[in-house]
Amino acid sequence: MTVYYTDQHEWLSVEGGIATVGITRHAAEQLGDVVFVELPAAGRALAAKGEAAVVESVKAASDVYAPVSGEVVESNDAVAAEPAKVNEDPEGAGWFFRMKLADEGELKGLMDKAAYDAFVEANG
Amino acid sequence: MAEPKKTQLNALHRELGGKMVEFAGYDMPVQYPSGVLREHLHTRAACGLFDVSHMGQGAILGAGAAAAFEALVPGAIQELKPGQTRYTLLLNDKGGIRDDLMVTRPAGDTDFSALLVVVNAGCKDADFAHIAAGLGPRFAVERYEDRALLALQGPLASAVLARHCPEAAAMKFMTVARLKVMGLDCTLWRSGYTGEDGFEISVPGEAAEGFARRLLAEPEVLPIGLGARDSLRLEAGLCLYGHDLDETTTPVEAALTWAIGKRRKMERNFPGADIVMGQLFDGAPRKRVGIVPLEKAPAREGTEIRSEAGETIGIVTSGGFGPTVNGPIAMGYVPPAFADDGTPLLLVVRGQARPARVAPMPFAPHRYFRG
Repeated sequence: MTVYYTDQHEWLSVEGGIATVGITRHAAEQLGDVVFVELPAAGRALAAKGEAAVVESVKAASDVYAPVSGEVVESNDAVAAEPAKVNEDPEGAGWFFRMKLADEGELKGLMDKAAYDAFVEANG
Repeated sequence: MAEPKKTQLNALHRELGGKMVEFAGYDMPVQYPSGVLREHLHTRAACGLFDVSHMGQGAILGAGAAAAFEALVPGAIQELKPGQTRYTLLLNDKGGIRDDLMVTRPAGDTDFSALLVVVNAGCKDADFAHIAAGLGPRFAVERYEDRALLALQGPLASAVLARHCPEAAAMKFMTVARLKVMGLDCTLWRSGYTGEDGFEISVPGEAAEGFARRLLAEPEVLPIGLGARDSLRLEAGLCLYGHDLDETTTPVEAALTWAIGKRRKMERNFPGADIVMGQLFDGAPRKRVGIVPLEKAPAREGTEIRSEAGETIGIVTSGGFGPTVNGPIAMGYVPPAFADDGTPLLLVVRGQARPARVAPMPFAPHRYFRG
């Protein structure tokens, strides 16, 4: 299992051609208390950098983009029912959806943890 | 762009970890580390302290101030008793709302020689210029920019404030008093904009930080930012100027006809009275209503409202998640045929029409102290 990060503050954990996707702890802290998530249904085709999900705090709505291309195989019903899980465990139980990768080559453009932490540091 | 202005509590907001944003030209905390949700719920359960010093405090001085001020607003200002305060509206010649404000007859006033006003931050320069021009040279319009304004809101606000000013607890909703609090000369109103019991307190600016620190040292009190102020007032069904009200909106459309005095309706001598009274009798083209989305997705400001038949009929002017309601809530404008409670509507959120219905406001019950 390898974990990648994007400059849009998503993480994806890849194993056997399936990526589990969520938002990073940094993103969850910036958003504040999450009160609503809208997740893509299984079977939906996602294009890399296209809109995939929506996460809303009391104050505002934010888009979550697909880090890579592929097809949604599962969305996290538990987080849809209890959006606070995104704040409690953003990089674990607060995952958003799982997708089957269309092209593992797209992962090459993404960051590892050290690079992402440096990116967050630099972009304050 | 000009550097945002700072209230007397700016350094304290930063020290408390406030997340600062520009609002109405001021550098203000949108939330503190507890976050909007906790700040909102704490205010409803206990007590929150809000810095509203960006708002415009002032006074109209001169004999006959109330009668003169009535030329600018539809409220029955001459009916105010000493020590009473009232919500009213500055109207333009078409009956459109220039601003909403609180107007107060000071407790000691016997001859209407003074009125206190508190107006919105974003409108205050224009408001005071408009008031001065409208009243003419017989009246002096003063501004109290050297004073801070703090709101202490929530069911425990009275008990907390009584420790520093025992007389405050006996004040009733929408009254004012000049009292010593912590030894400081303060003007206190039993009012606020959260739907809860509470006070708004005008404090000498140089003493405001120490005053706020002593209130925050009380175990019941949390500092509350603009984010929770907005969700609290939305649940209370209260309008935010520039969003739910503007120069193109009349009091009838805004469902604020209760702010038009009975005598004023007969006299028809407030700005735009012909248009406003015409709407009152014949109906207005649109009306502000409460809206509850039936699914979980919040509908934000600007969301298109459609009839069940799919026709575009209006727009959401405030909307989001109500922490006390524990679900999405909104207000917006629809034609009168769609304004009855329970009327089904559709809200277009991210391109998808989602079911909603017209609902009575407030969404969370008002809990004012009326004695």
